[in-house]
Amino acid sequence: MSTAARPGPGSRQEARTAWLLLAPALTAITVFFAVPVAGGLALSFTDFDLYAVADPRNARFVGTANYTDLTRDPLFWRALRNTLLVVLVGGPLTIALALGGALLVSAPLTRLRGLWRTLFFAPVVTTLVAVAVVWRYLYHPRFGLFNQALALVGLPPIDWLGDPRFAMLAIVLLAAWRSFGYGLVILVAGLQAIPATLYEAAALDGASAWQQFRRITLPMLRPPLLFVAIITTVGYFQVFAEPYVMTRGGPANATLTIALLMYQQGFRWWNMGRASAVAFVLFGLILAVSALQTWIERRRAA
Amino acid sequence: MARHTAALIAVALATGWLAGCGRAASSAEVRFWAFGREGEVVRALLPEFERRHPGVTVTVQQVPWTAAHEKLLTAFVGRATPDVAQLGNTWIPEFVALGALAPLDGRLAGSAAVTRDDYFDGSWSTNLVDGRTWGVPWYVDTRLLFYRTDLVARSGAPWPPRTWRDWREAMRRVKATAGPERFAILLPVDEWDKPVILGLQAGAELLVDNGRRGGFRDPRFRRALSFYVDLFASGLAPPLTDTGVANLYQQFAEGYFAMLVTGPWNLGEFRRRLPASMQDRWATVPLPAPDETAGYPGASIAGGSSLVVFREAAGNDAAWQLVEFLSEPAQQVRFHALSGNLPARRSAWADTGLDRDPRSAAFGEQLLAARPLPKVPEWEQIATRVAERAEEVVRRQRTIEEALEALDAEVDRILAKRRFLLDRAAASEGR
Repeated sequence: MSTAARPGPGSRQEARTAWLLLAPALTAITVFFAVPVAGGLALSFTDFDLYAVADPRNARFVGTANYTDLTRDPLFWRALRNTLLVVLVGGPLTIALALGGALLVSAPLTRLRGLWRTLFFAPVVTTLVAVAVVWRYLYHPRFGLFNQALALVGLPPIDWLGDPRFAMLAIVLLAAWRSFGYGLVILVAGLQAIPATLYEAAALDGASAWQQFRRITLPMLRPPLLFVAIITTVGYFQVFAEPYVMTRGGPANATLTIALLMYQQGFRWWNMGRASAVAFVLFGLILAVSALQTWIERRRAA
Repeated sequence: MARHTAALIAVALATGWLAGCGRAASSAEVRFWAFGREGEVVRALLPEFERRHPGVTVTVQQVPWTAAHEKLLTAFVGRATPDVAQLGNTWIPEFVALGALAPLDGRLAGSAAVTRDDYFDGSWSTNLVDGRTWGVPWYVDTRLLFYRTDLVARSGAPWPPRTWRDWREAMRRVKATAGPERFAILLPVDEWDKPVILGLQAGAELLVDNGRRGGFRDPRFRRALSFYVDLFASGLAPPLTDTGVANLYQQFAEGYFAMLVTGPWNLGEFRRRLPASMQDRWATVPLPAPDETAGYPGASIAGGSSLVVFREAAGNDAAWQLVEFLSEPAQQVRFHALSGNLPARRSAWADTGLDRDPRSAAFGEQLLAARPLPKVPEWEQIATRVAERAEEVVRRQRTIEEALEALDAEVDRILAKRRFLLDRAAASEGR
């Protein structure tokens, strides 16, 4: 039992075998991840663009100019603001929907659980382009379902996708509807892992449903909730497909996200240096926020 | 069994011989890339070319428009460019900057088939970059005014408008007779072409100093932008985006708007998509000019596609012969019949009957006043910024002054690399 842990005569052989077994995975990670990431980082310190495609001598090492230029570009701040809006509004909304849905699906009184779970999960696996077509009808300023509902309660119609004040909200609603099913499935599994005896004991002590939720469900659900929160936040920082198919970043850049800005800089204008800088800013942001979330959770748990 | 084997050997030998032929003739193979519908219909013209040039085969590769730009750039990086391609004429400066194209001046000087005088001035000059010719117009497009004849007639407005003042007055009257939920004109606020066309009409240069800097603070562009923005402020145009218009044709038929500035592809679309009852209620007319001194019609954009020869194929006579062939008036007529695109050769307009149909004849008149856009590779990027700043003014998020100042600053930043390269080239020449 202890021989495997202690370095001994057999361990070199074992190490070699271990490396051999790891080699395919390591090669793949190096070739498809480490090298491109390093290349991207190097690229972000150059002004590699269309002219450099023509002649590499036209590329210049520009130090951190791409990063400082970004801070001076109103488009970047616009994209950052839009992305933070998605994260701060869409994140809590999605988690609340996922938690609410999970509680509903797991409630003892609920019938046809499988059906509900499938219904809530269906948007996650539906093709976004099909979803976008349907949602564009829902958002239509003159004939859409949302505006008809507003008219029923006497509110004026809203140009959901055309009005810069509402376009991002419209995208957030779509994104939340599309993604909460994933969190729901994880939270349902988390709920099932909570021993029923805890609730029975609490009920004997006279705890109300709300107290049971506060004192048992939430604390027991903390690890899956943290996981869902991080996955959702990371996903929303990278939100791309929804604005890309619904609005292409418009109107007036109201739905331009950081990932969309990166795509535009890189593959529309061929400013590869600038696009790489955007990518690393996004990476830094996600890393910082995920670390913060984990740290807060650790502190609270301690 | 033996007979079968013999037959197989014969087939194999024949195949080998044919393949050998293919290789032998490969020096006279022309690889031609064309986009979208053009790539589909151009095949029908090619048997005639191959009949006239025995030993030359043309391989057409059809590329969807949405992938065309990226595919051409990738082909350039991978040294796999075609011999001849169709190129949207705003892309020409970019591919010239890449050094991907062959200059055609030498070929043109000795060509009887391609005659400069038979082309529209504006569309020809989109092919001139840095004093050389890089393409031959294949088909042309521009923007002009589509309108509802009945709504304009009902308003009693004098028609057609020849100046901005006439035009505005006509829009005011149409709006007055149309009612509150309807508009005189549709100008999607996220499109750059309308403010840019008005700027060109007013004589603005858009970029100054050989495309080194933005020139949008010029009083002429300011005048154009004020005219444009005022159409929204006075309620003549709805502040809708392109995506905000659910069904353009249905809304045009409903009378939601009476005028639209758009291009020749809508000649076909309007015929196909408007209900039969609408078919005698729409027409086209060239764009008005800013005032009497500017000369009617007002300027518009010289768009369309050109045929270019890539640098690797500069010495390939067959590649140039294909360009000449597709430029012949007779082929232009056939190509128009197949694709509906407007021919680049003016002599083809009579044979297609385009100059007798008033709807397309208006395009012919407008094309005479068409002007090229600034010929810098960064233009499309600049154009999106024009649309963004103009939209902000329409939505009253910025004043005209603020928007133009911001626009020039952004454009100068976009052009920074171009300035550096031009200055470096100038410095090395001076040395």
